[in-house]
Amino acid sequence: MTSNATSSGKTVASAVRDVFERIYGDPLKQLESLITATGLPVYKDPKTGALLWVDVRELRLRFTLSVNKLEKFIEGLRGGKLMYTQCRRCGAKYFPPQVDCPRCKASDVEWREVSTEGELVTWTVINVKPASFSHQGDYVVGIVKMPDGFNITAWIDADPKTLKPGMKMRLVVDRRPGEGYITYWFKPAF
Amino acid sequence: MTRKVAVVGVGVSKFGNRTDVSLPELAWEAVKEAFDDARLGPEDVQGFVVGNMGGWSSEALPAVVVGEYCGLVPKSGIRVEAACATGSAAVRTAYHMIASGEADIVMAIGVEKMNESPTPTVVEFIGRAGNYFWEFENFGLTFPGYYALYATAYMQRYGATEEDLCKVAVKNHYYGSLNPKAQFQRAITVEECLNSRYIAWPLKLYDSSPITDGAAAVILASEEAARKITDTPVWIKAIGYANGTANLSKRPDFVGLEAAQVAAKMAYKKAGIDPENPVKHFDVAEVHDCFTIAEIMAYEDLGFAKRGEGYKLIREGQTYIGGVIPVNLDGGLKAKGHPIGATGVSMVAELTKQLRQQAERGRQATIKNGMALAHNVGGTGHYAFVTILGLSP
Ligand SMILES: [Zn+2]
Repeated sequence: MTSNATSSGKTVASAVRDVFERIYGDPLKQLESLITATGLPVYKDPKTGALLWVDVRELRLRFTLSVNKLEKFIEGLRGGKLMYTQCRRCGAKYFPPQVDCPRCKASDVEWREVSTEGELVTWTVINVKPASFSHQGDYVVGIVKMPDGFNITAWIDADPKTLKPGMKMRLVVDRRPGEGYITYWFKPAF
Repeated sequence: MTRKVAVVGVGVSKFGNRTDVSLPELAWEAVKEAFDDARLGPEDVQGFVVGNMGGWSSEALPAVVVGEYCGLVPKSGIRVEAACATGSAAVRTAYHMIASGEADIVMAIGVEKMNESPTPTVVEFIGRAGNYFWEFENFGLTFPGYYALYATAYMQRYGATEEDLCKVAVKNHYYGSLNPKAQFQRAITVEECLNSRYIAWPLKLYDSSPITDGAAAVILASEEAARKITDTPVWIKAIGYANGTANLSKRPDFVGLEAAQVAAKMAYKKAGIDPENPVKHFDVAEVHDCFTIAEIMAYEDLGFAKRGEGYKLIREGQTYIGGVIPVNLDGGLKAKGHPIGATGVSMVAELTKQLRQQAERGRQATIKNGMALAHNVGGTGHYAFVTILGLSP
């Protein structure tokens, strides 16, 4: 079901890096010349005239998240499937999947495959994007009600003008174009 | 048995792009005004609570930095977080310190410097205010995006229009134009709002609160202390609070915020407010209008309007002075600005001024009942606080 990486060969890692270079690269060069020329990382805000000190200690954040207990979910993605959990003791269903059931306090879940079709509940188009999504065009994010008894938040691959509440949506698990990693999204079911 | 608690001093800084001050200098503007208002000094408070979301600003320990700068050391101070309701969480914590009998005078300080980071970084941080992995990492939701999911569902179900949403922005800009501390002091038209660009369809730039630096402070006191400090104490009659799920996908519907409904019910019960007709008790309200749709849902979640009819209140101008319940007479988050950690504290400061009849000309509500309500939501209904203030204890 999954295809190979995108035609450009670029993955999300370099796509995000390139955007960051564009957004934060020029200010860094300006900071360099400011220190060289004046001996201080200080300038006057052109709008307000206020004196500003540019932080010379950059802080980079890239978190490493444990998905150790979600191994079945990760395996599912590799196999083109989206998995949820169901508590073996009380029957509670979880998406996002979780291995601990706060309803009955058991930690014994069955991993099951999510149904392939659901109904659109609501959606938006992200026009102003976070820095780490700025390499993307405007994208549609929606919430889809699944017959399994939970909703799923994901991108909707459709012209937003054609969307209506209650519309049938089909689940897709594949490499995301332009980012190259396997994730899930919906597209209209017809 | 808990003790009664009063607001005895309030201060609010100028809101806006405050490149002219550091975080503690900004906090001091509000702290000093609150001390002067109560005719007290740092030596008189027994503790302080700092509301600050941070991430976009350089200080990792804002309570410590603010405590030193404002001369509060060695009094105990902590930082609290409840997303955009952080300020209300600070007020609530200070309230409990006094109600429990642990302290007699405590200060709640809200301060935020969002402009220490470039806008894309701020958008990135606020977009992560939900469930990081299942909403942001893979789907890049933004703060306006979360509320837009509600706006789409609400408009589709009840027939509210983008024009109705813009009417909220027009009202709040109008009152912001009368508030010298507001970030935006310019009235706008429905057309200007309708012509502004989409940021998260169906929400536009003019449907949104701005990125803001600002601070607010309130001094709370026990009944005994309050009577000595001031002739015009404003009493905290009740605080209701609740949370919502991190993942929006787990919510039962997208037309109202359950956390706000639960918080309102709790506050109304504590304060003896008729939940069927709460507006008859209040002279004025501050509601959380981070986006215009949020103000409309607030009308309904608070019981000011029936479910699905909130947009009619603004369509009919009922939330202006002279209507059934004047809302956001300081310009709201929309025009006054939304310095995350300061917003909830500034709501309590504003309502205290309203009840004392000290608001500027043209934006003072008529005070008949002597009661006011603040509704402060964190994230997208992730946290909610409803605080009721009154002139009698
Ligand atoms: Zn269970």
